[in-house]
Amino acid sequence: MADAVATNETILVVGGGISGMTAALEAAECGKDVVLVEKNPSLGGRVSQLYKYFPKLCHPTCGMEINLRRIKANKRLRVLTLAQVEKVEGSPGDYAVTIKVSPRYVNENCTACGACAEAVSAEIDNSYNYNLNKMKAAYLPFTMAYPQRYVLDPSIIGTPEADKAKAACKYGAIDLGMQERSLTLKVGAIVWATGWRPYDAAKIQPYGYDRFDNVITSVEFERMMDPFGPTAGRLVRPSDGKEAKNVAFIQCAGSRDRNHLKHCSRICCMASLKQSTYVNEKFGDQAQSTIYYIDIRAIDRLEDFYQKVRANPTVKFVKSKVANVTEDRATGDVILHGVDTEGYHRYDNRHDLCVLAVGMEPSVDAHSIAAGVHADVSGFIDAGMANGAIFGAGCATNALDVNRAVQSATAASLRAIQVINKVSGAEV
Amino acid sequence: MSELNKAMVNKYRNDFLKEVEANVEEGDWVKMCMQCGVCSGSCPFGPYWEHPPQEIFMMIRAGKRDDVLKSESMWMCTSCYNCIVRCPRELPITHIMHGLANYAHRLGIAPKMNPTRRFAKLFWKNITKGGRVNELKLSIGLYFMDGFSNGIKKGLEMLPVGLGMVKTGRLNPFALLGGGKCKGAGDIHKMLKKAQEIENRRKGFAS
Repeated sequence: MADAVATNETILVVGGGISGMTAALEAAECGKDVVLVEKNPSLGGRVSQLYKYFPKLCHPTCGMEINLRRIKANKRLRVLTLAQVEKVEGSPGDYAVTIKVSPRYVNENCTACGACAEAVSAEIDNSYNYNLNKMKAAYLPFTMAYPQRYVLDPSIIGTPEADKAKAACKYGAIDLGMQERSLTLKVGAIVWATGWRPYDAAKIQPYGYDRFDNVITSVEFERMMDPFGPTAGRLVRPSDGKEAKNVAFIQCAGSRDRNHLKHCSRICCMASLKQSTYVNEKFGDQAQSTIYYIDIRAIDRLEDFYQKVRANPTVKFVKSKVANVTEDRATGDVILHGVDTEGYHRYDNRHDLCVLAVGMEPSVDAHSIAAGVHADVSGFIDAGMANGAIFGAGCATNALDVNRAVQSATAASLRAIQVINKVSGAEV
Repeated sequence: MSELNKAMVNKYRNDFLKEVEANVEEGDWVKMCMQCGVCSGSCPFGPYWEHPPQEIFMMIRAGKRDDVLKSESMWMCTSCYNCIVRCPRELPITHIMHGLANYAHRLGIAPKMNPTRRFAKLFWKNITKGGRVNELKLSIGLYFMDGFSNGIKKGLEMLPVGLGMVKTGRLNPFALLGGGKCKGAGDIHKMLKKAQEIENRRKGFAS
């Protein structure tokens, strides 16, 4: 797979999250040759880390599975994992892209039996769970990972740990001699779908994410609901493992703030509304969620979901941007301070757990993709003629929910197909 | 009602926001407030304000001219700048509070007995006289602000501190007779007069 042959009729898709997978599949199913590169050991991206989607509250694993089946069935789509784009040069119909492929130390003989993980004792931070727990240094990124193949962490290479893993493998799948490689692909068009990352909550000083155990981010909260996640699906406080029945959600944590992210991240209101249903799912009528907001931005049909949550008596809404958070050292409770806008009442509210609905920022600053690519003030890709045949898709272009990211990816794919059709002479 | 106050009421009638934008220092920022409430929650004196900044901004937009200008609230600001640092829209809230207080004072409708206003007047008179603060006169003025007997009481209370300061050369008792003026005090008066003229012209106040 690493020796991917590409021509100027090939479309390169950068990023194997929901947007990249969609863009790659749409183009490949239209009969175009596609190379999909992903920097992580598995496809799936941030969607694979979600417990449920809003507004239907269905599980993302379902949609992921469909996409993975489509990928496996398509001969025109080649996937490179642990691959990162280093340089993009050229012009529409004629790009040369340099890609660095990091070694996995496990080849295609791997059956995902897990013997290597059992043999290895070294542990590393589990980035799939936002470092909330540890995992073995020989690991399968997550149960639905694609390719379904283990990875050895570079930190154990050259140590007896790596030899233990090799000795445990019955299939000869572990190759400790793998080296980092660099390859240059010739492609006609590029779909850039590198997605987003959560804003660094420690930068929001008054909320104390870096100081208080029981202040966590929305993405971490999401991981806690996964039965295979760091808390085995229990909603508990990081400080003492007590059940978190009284949960506060702080909206616009980093977004719509000229000191942090200038844009509205769009998804966080719906994410917190959704997560309030998680608290009910775990504790029923015992649950108590409080959402602190400036204004709830549930657009279009999502308004129905907002109204449904609003009608839930265990969910309270406080119209106020929280000024600061303190901790009661004796109990570990978090106390939120502020003034509400509906009556200007001063409050000091005690909660078990405080969830910061952190904003989205682009994983890759669009300024750094290639010379001339338009970027907005937050580093998202802006459409423009100077971008040539580099088309932004999904959260690389804006803060989008999954539904809109997929729409954006399909649109980007269509634009890339038009370029390829011109190159091949199918369209003039 | 002062003449200036009457003129301004006539000029702006029902649009207090416009009046604030035109006449209050940094007043054109008021419309940018999105009512998130971070300023009010962050104010260390917050619990003692009748109307926190967020509410004052809303009152300005709602045209509550008298309620705002006659309020003691903006006089509570101690310039800690917590609100400016945290405001997600970077409103210069501290400056707007001082601007509102100053405007109310100029219109002659600021609360007469407000201690901050009275001290500010005392300070302004003191510093502009010689171009330099006469600390002894300023503190004595502050002690006697609430009447003669209060002043004596406060003065006696502070006597040991004062004597200690004299002993260590931190306080010159002869400053009571004047002195400590800067060289060009007259020129400073001219500069202040000119600045006042320019400001009046800019804001359309009769000088």
